[in-house]
Amino acid sequence: MKRLRLDQRHVPLAATLVVCVLLYVLTGLQYPSFFSPLVLADLFSDNARLDIAALGSTFVILSGGIDLSVASVMALATMFMATAVERFHLHPAIAIVLTLFVGCGVGYLNGALIHFFDLPPFLVTLATLFLARGCCFLISMSPVAAESPFFQSFGEAGLHLGTITLHLGTIVFAGVAIVCIYAAHLTRFGRTVYAMGGNEQAARLMGLAVGKTKVLVYVFGGLAAALAGIMAMANIPSGDPLNYLGQELDVIAAVVIGGTVLTGGVGYLAGTVLGVLILGIMQDFITFGNRDAAWTQITTGLLLFVFVAMQTVLGRWKPGQRQKLWTRRTSTQSIGITS
Amino acid sequence: MSSQAVLESASTAPKRGADFGRLHLWGKLLWPALALAILLAIDGICIRGFFSVSIVQGRLTGTLVDIFRYGAPVMVLSVGMTFVLATGGVDLSVGAIMALAGAIAAKAAMPTSLNGMGISPGSGIAIALLVSVLAGMWNGMSVAWLGMQPIVATLVLMVAGRGIARLCIGAANVPLSGTIWTALHNPHLTLPMAPIIVLIVAVVAGLLTRVTSIGLFVEALGGNPVASRYAGVRVGLITFMVYVFCGLCAGIAGIISSADVMIANASSTGMYMELDAILAVVIGGTALTGGRFSLVGSLIGALLIQTLQTTLIYKVPIQQTLVIKAVVVLAVCLLQSAEFRRKSLAVCARLGLSRTRKAAAQVAS
Repeated sequence: MKRLRLDQRHVPLAATLVVCVLLYVLTGLQYPSFFSPLVLADLFSDNARLDIAALGSTFVILSGGIDLSVASVMALATMFMATAVERFHLHPAIAIVLTLFVGCGVGYLNGALIHFFDLPPFLVTLATLFLARGCCFLISMSPVAAESPFFQSFGEAGLHLGTITLHLGTIVFAGVAIVCIYAAHLTRFGRTVYAMGGNEQAARLMGLAVGKTKVLVYVFGGLAAALAGIMAMANIPSGDPLNYLGQELDVIAAVVIGGTVLTGGVGYLAGTVLGVLILGIMQDFITFGNRDAAWTQITTGLLLFVFVAMQTVLGRWKPGQRQKLWTRRTSTQSIGITS
Repeated sequence: MSSQAVLESASTAPKRGADFGRLHLWGKLLWPALALAILLAIDGICIRGFFSVSIVQGRLTGTLVDIFRYGAPVMVLSVGMTFVLATGGVDLSVGAIMALAGAIAAKAAMPTSLNGMGISPGSGIAIALLVSVLAGMWNGMSVAWLGMQPIVATLVLMVAGRGIARLCIGAANVPLSGTIWTALHNPHLTLPMAPIIVLIVAVVAGLLTRVTSIGLFVEALGGNPVASRYAGVRVGLITFMVYVFCGLCAGIAGIISSADVMIANASSTGMYMELDAILAVVIGGTALTGGRFSLVGSLIGALLIQTLQTTLIYKVPIQQTLVIKAVVVLAVCLLQSAEFRRKSLAVCARLGLSRTRKAAAQVAS
């Protein structure tokens, strides 16, 4: 029998998986109704929005950047969609395409400013955070209700398998996840993303298309955020300029809990899916027990701390021994020089 | 700092001595100061009575005073944030610490019948500042001794801090009362209290950096942490202290902004304030990558942001303010990008070149 060996690189992913399963089982033991397939289906459909946005953000973080504008782009997508359909009576399909274009546009703006002018991603996406939120307010200061029959059917669409329903959000999320995992691990684009996240200079010297990939990564992030915004309208059919305020944190937290390192180059797309699931199960645990919503934030913070501490310790473990030896030797050398 | 820059400064330093350094710093302050001057000039032309300051009922009033008063929280934050950015780190949790400080101060002063601690508002504020120092210690410990990346280490408190604040006082507004809060809100002095606190914090920070060697250590650490460790700088301790100081500044800012509205709120206090603070420091010429820093620059940056906010409130419909703010942020970032300056110069040169060529062709024909 082949012995099961865990590669060091997979430890964070395995830990995420273990925590996810443990949380699920614990919540189920506490509240037996939690094990019903209905709740599981809802868990996926409720978190489809966060999942899609986080998958897009994972590429950005893998490439060594960060995207703070995700939540604002999501809000902008809902606003744009609602006004396009309700006020301008566009065909929903055209509205969806236009909204996705808007998401790509914001993403392109991010990527272009970061790549062409060598600006820090943190600042650029901070500016587009304000920009996208500001565009929401330009469209309308108050929420726009989406009442057309399209949104009604949009919320109810899905595959009915016996008693449970696979909602449209879940199906789209599954599609996005498959495309993302394929793109990350089996295409030239994905390899370039990992390479430039690990060492941008080295990736450039290897002749990889770093610039093009960098812009593409942000465009994809924007596209995913817009798609997430559209999918969110299946649950809440309205466009609200104040939607998802501060949710860029949830997205980043999910990615980090999923085992992706914020300096880039290390992580898995599947981890992000698990990270969102962990946050979702925790949210359910807190609402099932009727606890204060403040606990969601506190436990998210704690989980973040535990996972990052674990990653840091693991990351330091193997190369750390070498580093320690190296430090000692150089320090004795320097003493030798000075004395 | 890139190795080339190190080489350059090393080669020029012995020739020009201290003057070169001072000149360099003024060059850095030039851009933010220029931007502030332009903005103020536009305001002076467009808004009637923008610069007029008068004393009404014994208190100094006027738009300029308001800028100093409402800009105070970001100014205090930017002082602490300058040190953090100078070490090459970042503190995302300051907004949450602000909310936490306000919430703790409010809870401490609430009577015991309302789940409070029932102590005087003054000691409540002291406890709140202590808690912010503790929060800063948590950040410092995560970064300096656990070796986490600053952006994630402080993200933890950014998420959890607001939760703790909400656990303390709930989601609703809690009104603040007591002489000390009224004194902070609207003192019987000619000057409002908030700018005075900013001045004290800034002077203390300035003295710490210029009189003691802490400023030097922080710059060394930001420039090259490994080299400074070999040079005998206690890298871990300095990093830790920087985050503690930033936490304290965030606590002070939280008290000021709670006193401003006489309300403690777990979610609205300090919302997106961390971003404003980081922006102020970057506008002021401190790079996100660490190294050289400028406290005066950060204060100018914070003033620039507040002046912009005030201008927008006067002149622009409220739905457009955020878009304009974003455009200005991008413009300032672009102005500071060497790449952008080089590229735009190249474009200008090409345009000029084509014009001279055309002229030459005309002359030739």
